[in-house]
Amino acid sequence: MATHEHYYVPAQSKWPIIATVGMFVTVLGLATWFNDLKAARPESHGPLIFFIGSLLLAYMLFGWFGTVIKESRGGLYSAQMDRSFRWGMSWFIFSEVMFFIAFFGALFYVRHVSGPALGGEGAKGIAHMLWPNFQFTWPLLNNPDSKLFPPPKEVISPWGLPLLNTVLLVSSSVTVTIAHHALKKGHRGALKIWLAITVLLGCAFLGFQAEEYMHAYQELGLTLGSGIYGATFFMLTGFHGAHVTIGTIILFVMLMRIMRGHFDNEHQFGFEAASWYWHFVDVVWIGLFVFVYVL
Amino acid sequence: MSAVIDDHGHATDHAHGPAKGLMRWVLTTNHKDIGTLYLWFAFSMFLLGGSFAMVIRAELFQPGLQIVQPEFFNQMTTMHGLVMVFGAVMPAFVGLANWMVPLMIGAPDMALPRMNNFSFWLLPAAFILLVSTLFTPGGGPNFGWTFYAPLSTTYAPESVTFFIFAIHLMGISSIMGAINVIATILNLRAPGMTLMKMPLFVWTWLITAFLLIAVMPVLAGCVTMMLMDIHFGTSFFSAAGGGDPVLFQHVFWFFGHPEVYIMILPAFGAVSSIIPTFSRKPLFGYTSMVYATASIAFLSFIVWAHHMFVVGIPLVGELFFMYATLLIAVPTGVKVFNWASTMWQGSLTFETPMLFAVAFVILFSIGGFSGLMLAIAPADFQYQDTYFVVAHFHYVLVPGAIFGIFASAYYWMPKWTGHMYDETLGKLHFWLSFIGMNMAFFPMHFVGLAGMPRRIPDYNLQFADFNMVSSIGAFMFGATQIFFLFIVIKTIRGGEPAPAKPWDGAEGLEWSIPSPAPYHTFTTPPEVK
Repeated sequence: MATHEHYYVPAQSKWPIIATVGMFVTVLGLATWFNDLKAARPESHGPLIFFIGSLLLAYMLFGWFGTVIKESRGGLYSAQMDRSFRWGMSWFIFSEVMFFIAFFGALFYVRHVSGPALGGEGAKGIAHMLWPNFQFTWPLLNNPDSKLFPPPKEVISPWGLPLLNTVLLVSSSVTVTIAHHALKKGHRGALKIWLAITVLLGCAFLGFQAEEYMHAYQELGLTLGSGIYGATFFMLTGFHGAHVTIGTIILFVMLMRIMRGHFDNEHQFGFEAASWYWHFVDVVWIGLFVFVYVL
Repeated sequence: MSAVIDDHGHATDHAHGPAKGLMRWVLTTNHKDIGTLYLWFAFSMFLLGGSFAMVIRAELFQPGLQIVQPEFFNQMTTMHGLVMVFGAVMPAFVGLANWMVPLMIGAPDMALPRMNNFSFWLLPAAFILLVSTLFTPGGGPNFGWTFYAPLSTTYAPESVTFFIFAIHLMGISSIMGAINVIATILNLRAPGMTLMKMPLFVWTWLITAFLLIAVMPVLAGCVTMMLMDIHFGTSFFSAAGGGDPVLFQHVFWFFGHPEVYIMILPAFGAVSSIIPTFSRKPLFGYTSMVYATASIAFLSFIVWAHHMFVVGIPLVGELFFMYATLLIAVPTGVKVFNWASTMWQGSLTFETPMLFAVAFVILFSIGGFSGLMLAIAPADFQYQDTYFVVAHFHYVLVPGAIFGIFASAYYWMPKWTGHMYDETLGKLHFWLSFIGMNMAFFPMHFVGLAGMPRRIPDYNLQFADFNMVSSIGAFMFGATQIFFLFIVIKTIRGGEPAPAKPWDGAEGLEWSIPSPAPYHTFTTPPEVK
């Protein structure tokens, strides 16, 4: 059967154990750092440990992906291997979707179940006795305990930067698709230009989001600590922003590979995986724009 | 297909046998090596988690505080749960999947062998992080394995931060492991091995892997919210900021309920191979087994709030989650019926794997029945947080998940080691485990119904006798597992050489290769009729 050529099983590899050690050191550093910050201990080794771990992880990412690229360019991967990568990437994106669902779920739950109950509505409105003066509104501009969690003066309007960012990100999904078509047709020049535009759109998005965050923190008093609105707002948009950052880096790496002549009509999974990831990030943003900013 | 194969490079890649020395295990990409690592890791965590349980049972041997202080007792119950769930049961099944799934579907290895190594080695890293907190000044996590907020946020010891990152590492490991299993099953089956020809162990693992990928990220989200609440001033689980502590329970149990099926479905699959083998009959109702497994997996996503009947969810929620939970009895009943029907009029023999498998069916059903009792919301108001709950989930986890693992270990050990285990010792292991485990957990039903609360180091005098019986049973069960270690080592070191197919009723590709399985198998896929 033609679909079952010899499957490439790599020999021993040092990268996974480097990845493990890197990850262990990174989280050890983070946990130490966070605990020292909280206990206000003046001298913490956390940042240093974290930095060493991050260096190891960066080294691992270069090395591991470098090995895979080399093997792929060496023709070691069959079509069956390609399918394994595709399944792997698809299920990885599914796991990412589930991660965001946890935070969206928290948002919906607070807005429609626990928030109204805390404001005295419905069968479980007895929770209102905790803070009798609390009224539940969304966006939440008054918290049950406003001393502990100072509420924001105002929240971000969806029709300024967020709308602009929506346009940018949706356009970038279009440009990456145009780039993909150019790759399939062998139009290398167009491919480079459209992919470069996609990377720039990603960077522009991140720049505007940084501006939005500064505006929120400095002028609106909307912070992580300003009650459940700030918590859900920053966790959802923040994790999304982190994913845009990763996606932009991945697309940039793809651009570098294309500059070096990688990928052709048949061997392009790396590029496709990057574009899948980018579309995923785009779809999450649409959800964010609707449920976090507009509604 | 147009892929280019460098035949020379390929030949050198496969010429190698296992490397020498310690680095073989650190750098390996071989599914059998990694399966072995998972199994040994799981077993050592089983002994560690078991030793925590021994501390608990020693303290509960008599009423009053004798051995440990309540603060340490809490750390023991927490760590016992975490280590057993994430360190023993889950990795043991991943180990079995690593060893057996490629052999059962005729694949040369797992689909992504390097990631496979990464998945394994993250686990020791995670558990070093977690267990080491027991030796830090504030002590280890003490808020129960379900780590409810605000006990695990506002009132937690410093070690909670390490716990959170350890959970992250375990989650990454599980997700990568599950992706690997799915990619292997969907992409590496031998020609002719259609989905409905796959052994049930492969089916149950396919569905388990889906559950893992669906819920481990939710757990990651849950502990991330905790981390932010603890260190960065968010108020997800604090009503003072508009959040809700009950939100924690919703997010946690959305993970937690599918998680319990993650720990049992692969055992269902293994038992579905073992019972037909020793009944010398094909499995009764293969197709219904597949659909029942899928139904259980689907239902597992819409029953989570049955863990939360007393937190004050609305009446309509109580009813929905009660009925949805009771529905699970239907596909589970199909499975038990099929196992019993497979044995019906079979030529039964009772080698050790079969003993464990039959005990699995009977005792898991007991755990299922107490689950039905707990699923009835008004009754659960009485049982909540009593030892009845402890009895229930230990009946599904010990003679369920763990007997499933023992059955699998004895069943496939000849394939792994090339030697037959000592049947007399195996049977002794079974009977000691069976008696010890029932002695330990059956009385918990009685003390629970009489009102003894969970997670308390001291108790009313009326519970004294049953607790002493429980403790004696637990010590017996615990000591028996050291004996299991002896049996395994003895089997590895020697014993009667195992033929390729040591069980005359066994079916499947794994029996078509020699015992012990060569380092590389099915480099060219077999044809499946």
